[in-house]
Amino acid sequence: MTANNGQPKEFSFDKSHDAEARKIIGRYPEGRQASAVIPLLDLAQRQHGGWLPTAAMNHVADVLEMPAIRVYEVASFYTMYNLEPVGENFVQVCTTIPCALKGCDIVLDSCRDELGIDVGETTSDNKFTLKEVECLGACVNAPMMQIGDEYYEDLDAEKTKVVLKALRNGETPKPGPQGKRKGSAPAAGLTSLTERNGNKGA
Amino acid sequence: MLKDADRIFTNIYGLDDWRLEGARRRGDWNGTKEVMSKGRDWIVEEVKSSGLRGRGGAGFPSGLKWSFMPKEPTGRPHYLVVNADEGEPGTCKDRDMMRNDPHKLVEGCLLAGFGMGADAAYIYIRGEFYREAEHLQSAIDEAYEAGLIGKDACGSGYKFDVYVHRGAGAYICGEEMALIESLEGKKGMPRLKPPFPAVMGLYGCPTTVNNVETIAVVPTILRRGGDWFSSFGRENNTGTKVFCISGHVNNPCNVEEEMGIPLKELIEKHAGGVVGGWDNLKAVIPGGASVPLLPKSDCDTVLMDYDSLKEVRSGLGTGAVIVMDKSTDVIAAITRLSKFYKHESCGQCTPCREGTGWMWRVMERLVVGDAEIDEIDTLLDVASQVEGHTICALGDAAAWPIQGLVRHFRGEIEERINNRQQSTEVAA
Repeated sequence: MTANNGQPKEFSFDKSHDAEARKIIGRYPEGRQASAVIPLLDLAQRQHGGWLPTAAMNHVADVLEMPAIRVYEVASFYTMYNLEPVGENFVQVCTTIPCALKGCDIVLDSCRDELGIDVGETTSDNKFTLKEVECLGACVNAPMMQIGDEYYEDLDAEKTKVVLKALRNGETPKPGPQGKRKGSAPAAGLTSLTERNGNKGA
Repeated sequence: MLKDADRIFTNIYGLDDWRLEGARRRGDWNGTKEVMSKGRDWIVEEVKSSGLRGRGGAGFPSGLKWSFMPKEPTGRPHYLVVNADEGEPGTCKDRDMMRNDPHKLVEGCLLAGFGMGADAAYIYIRGEFYREAEHLQSAIDEAYEAGLIGKDACGSGYKFDVYVHRGAGAYICGEEMALIESLEGKKGMPRLKPPFPAVMGLYGCPTTVNNVETIAVVPTILRRGGDWFSSFGRENNTGTKVFCISGHVNNPCNVEEEMGIPLKELIEKHAGGVVGGWDNLKAVIPGGASVPLLPKSDCDTVLMDYDSLKEVRSGLGTGAVIVMDKSTDVIAAITRLSKFYKHESCGQCTPCREGTGWMWRVMERLVVGDAEIDEIDTLLDVASQVEGHTICALGDAAAWPIQGLVRHFRGEIEERINNRQQSTEVAA
């Protein structure tokens, strides 16, 4: 099986992913195992370095006793499945309206600049793929990007580069807001829940 | 202003422990068995009397929705499906509830599920919320271990299961019928209604689909009483609501407030005001990307509730307030939304599949003024042919922002077209 280059001939879940798959299938009533197709495709993609080859879709179809075409339909409908290889760090910059109002263009430019690639491309060392995506649901922490499973929020040009540089150096940058605030609290200090937490700012 | 003692989501910012121990300290799972012992009908009646309306956008009365479920067992499983596919641009409240207060949702599933006679709950969470799904799953595991859900939930004798189901990226799955299809392992294409989910939903079984916030407020309503909840806001628009304030404000944030708080007060008190001051405000989208925007003149006085926003021909939607100051190119902003709907149309219905792309292309030309004045009316005409002519509301959602833009900023669109025509004439 080739790792990230072209379609592998075969794919099957390794032991730990297979166990996880069984656990997921157990959440649905008997005979309704097709419900597990979305999470199982996600598992397969995780096992296969972030993208979903046809062999993996076929394997999921076998496991769930579904016609392969039904699995292909699902894999091509949902945006989180990558049907082509992607870099180690899959960078998704949100550009929908709340992020657009707060400068997602600056974040995108910063990514282009730091990574030397444009949207839709992968760096030659295979470390980063850059993508533009629709609303990721972290709008009060705009602008933001998702890399792998993590959200990086409250970005600006410089903070974007800091995150990318850290990842390039093999470090794990702290996810969430890149400024001082916690979560979705107002940055200048709490305006609610002060009685419980003390108004020390978030 | 709402007092902290009356706030339901006391850990919305994640300043406290989100796990069971912290949740219990904040009052979750307190007396759940006693609440259940009052019976199914009592729960539904209490939620009806609270005036709670669906917090996911449509605003349908929740207690009434639950009462559509079969009163007696049908020999098939009955389901509660929680819509956690939060993706309406501007909206990020359910995310906070799931990562910082997940036990409110798990307890809500049990109480709402018991009230409507459901055997299990599936929480359909958008796939991108990976960490949030982890918290939710941990909370569910804790609840099973503590006997709060499962074979004998809270020692009540009632069997109730809760499952997390992660999606994989599709805005359309926030539509309840598309969500059910997706949960069954198919493409997220909405089904025609009727039959409604309460009759034929997940796996063809009686099902109710509710938003995260709708379910997560239920335990507090039942503990403190429907009267308590309905004491906030006004008739038909009661309760508290988590608002998301994004865009051109000094301190974007999520905050729980009383339903019906004036928009201006909400922005100034919690979000630090509009960047450059209130007079620098251009427009606000008050309820997530799908509702028509409001010009400043409406924003000066409008109240944040269902009926007030309807009066100004917009809507409360999800309670996501997107603020645009005077630096905003409002035509470009709405065009960005048109692109969003074109991207997210599932392609099932022709008016939406073709119309969203068509409207986006015209909008792109309006941004630079490359159009004729009468194309504005053609655009409105097409928008009205998409609106109401599709299986689900995505078609409406694509039409409304454009209709709102033309209603309030037609002059600006015409000016741009005229300017361009003049400048090309000069160049020629």
